[in-house]
Amino acid sequence: MTANPVNQISTAESDTNDRPGPPLWLLAELTYRCPLHCAFCYNPIGFDQVKNEIDTDTWLKVLREARKLGSVQCGFSGGEPMLRDDLEVLVAEARQLGFYTNLLTSGVGLNEKRARGLKDAGLDHIQLSFQDSTRELNDFLSNTKTFGLKQKVAALIKDHDWPMVMNCVIHRLNIDVIDKIIDLALELGAETLELANTQYYSWAMLNRDQLLPSKKQIERAEKITAEYRERYSDRIRILFVVPDYYENRPKRCMNGWGNVFLTITPDGTALPCHTAKMLPELTFPNAKDQSIESIWYDSEAFNHFRGKSWMKEPCRSCPEQDDDLGGCRCQAYMMTGDPYAADPVCSKSPERHHVDQAIARATQLPAPNPQEHKLVFRDPKASGKLSEGRDGAAILLKR
Amino acid sequence: MASETIDKTGIVKISNGYRLQFEEAQDTWVLLYPEGMIKLNQSAAEILRRCDGERNIESVIELLEKDFEQTGLENDVVGFLSVALEQNWILIASA
Ligand code: SF4
Ligand code: SF4
Repeated sequence: MTANPVNQISTAESDTNDRPGPPLWLLAELTYRCPLHCAFCYNPIGFDQVKNEIDTDTWLKVLREARKLGSVQCGFSGGEPMLRDDLEVLVAEARQLGFYTNLLTSGVGLNEKRARGLKDAGLDHIQLSFQDSTRELNDFLSNTKTFGLKQKVAALIKDHDWPMVMNCVIHRLNIDVIDKIIDLALELGAETLELANTQYYSWAMLNRDQLLPSKKQIERAEKITAEYRERYSDRIRILFVVPDYYENRPKRCMNGWGNVFLTITPDGTALPCHTAKMLPELTFPNAKDQSIESIWYDSEAFNHFRGKSWMKEPCRSCPEQDDDLGGCRCQAYMMTGDPYAADPVCSKSPERHHVDQAIARATQLPAPNPQEHKLVFRDPKASGKLSEGRDGAAILLKR
Repeated sequence: MASETIDKTGIVKISNGYRLQFEEAQDTWVLLYPEGMIKLNQSAAEILRRCDGERNIESVIELLEKDFEQTGLENDVVGFLSVALEQNWILIASA
């Protein structure tokens, strides 16, 4: 699936002090299996430890219970969701329950037959991810030969009359050819293009020194994007998501912990965010043994960082605490070792230097050369080695 | 697109990829689209519900005036539909 599937949430907020609203957004991560090996993959480092995928009936139960609570957007993601051969069954049920159904795919496995099946099931939308626009760089970045296939898939999406949304993860190795990426999106007839800067979790965190672009690169890319936006405003909508390292306030992560967003991972574990499993001391409930309602409203894990009562200084007395709710718990934990700390992106955080050092390192490195990279690609072997057998392993960068 | 004047004889429908739906849990009509949702207020919902791909804008206005026993809704409806068009929520096909 590649990108952070929640960049775009534009759902309503609920008051963080009252009983939370329903999980409007349900992300169904159907599998961690994936034929690609993206160096910026969002899946946990220990993804290969998760072997016991939940079955069709359990997924159907998840869909029904979440919809009953009021979930309305459903994303089918992974890994590569096309690898589940019950995808059509799940989409059909979701659509019939009244979900708006989104498929987030790299396009591998999406042939004419399955496209027709998904159309019949009522699938509303496919987001197709592209790693880059030039064959060489694309193959390098995803480490497999997939580019020609994506062109075919883009055509299938058009033929079946789905809205054509393309997503491309942006980083240091492709940001300088952003014009080519936009050209390609235009050529393929994309109506929306999300240029999502890499967010540094999991595999991307491992590879951060090589993926984080410099400020100059970002500014140039933003300028080019703005020019395209103006010139092609009637043909394409282009979103550019800036990496938060270059901001001085954190993002309101997931629009608040346990506020609108619910992820169910391949083994049924329920998370308030697809990276939250890395956090220490929390035990996340499983949809196999608990209802979505009790997971969402009653479980310790979903209440733990909900609202603001967990905060410590500088967040606790900060006048801006409602704007960002202290930022991302995973980012705080990865960089400071403390999941209760302010997101170190914040300039009020006493640990902001971790972010500044990362920027300095990335900016000092020589121009990246795809042939001599030191990227760690996401694959089962690396997963086993890095996670030491724990599926919730975190990459801690506290130095 | 924003400055286009609306052709009242045009047939109006919800755009491809958008879906209008009543949400019980939120007790409100919403417009759903790829990875997003817009909560509609009551008048927006009543207008959009009548944009069924068969009626033109004139008859949408007529129907609203009849159903709500009011007159003079034209400006409000056209105003809202211009915004909706600008946001790509609807398509207007010239008759
Ligand atoms: S390897 Fe790439 S395509 Fe596969 S799940 Fe990870 S980011 Fe998505
Ligand atoms: S101190 Fe905490 S609450 Fe205040 S702006 Fe920074 S992260 Fe947000």
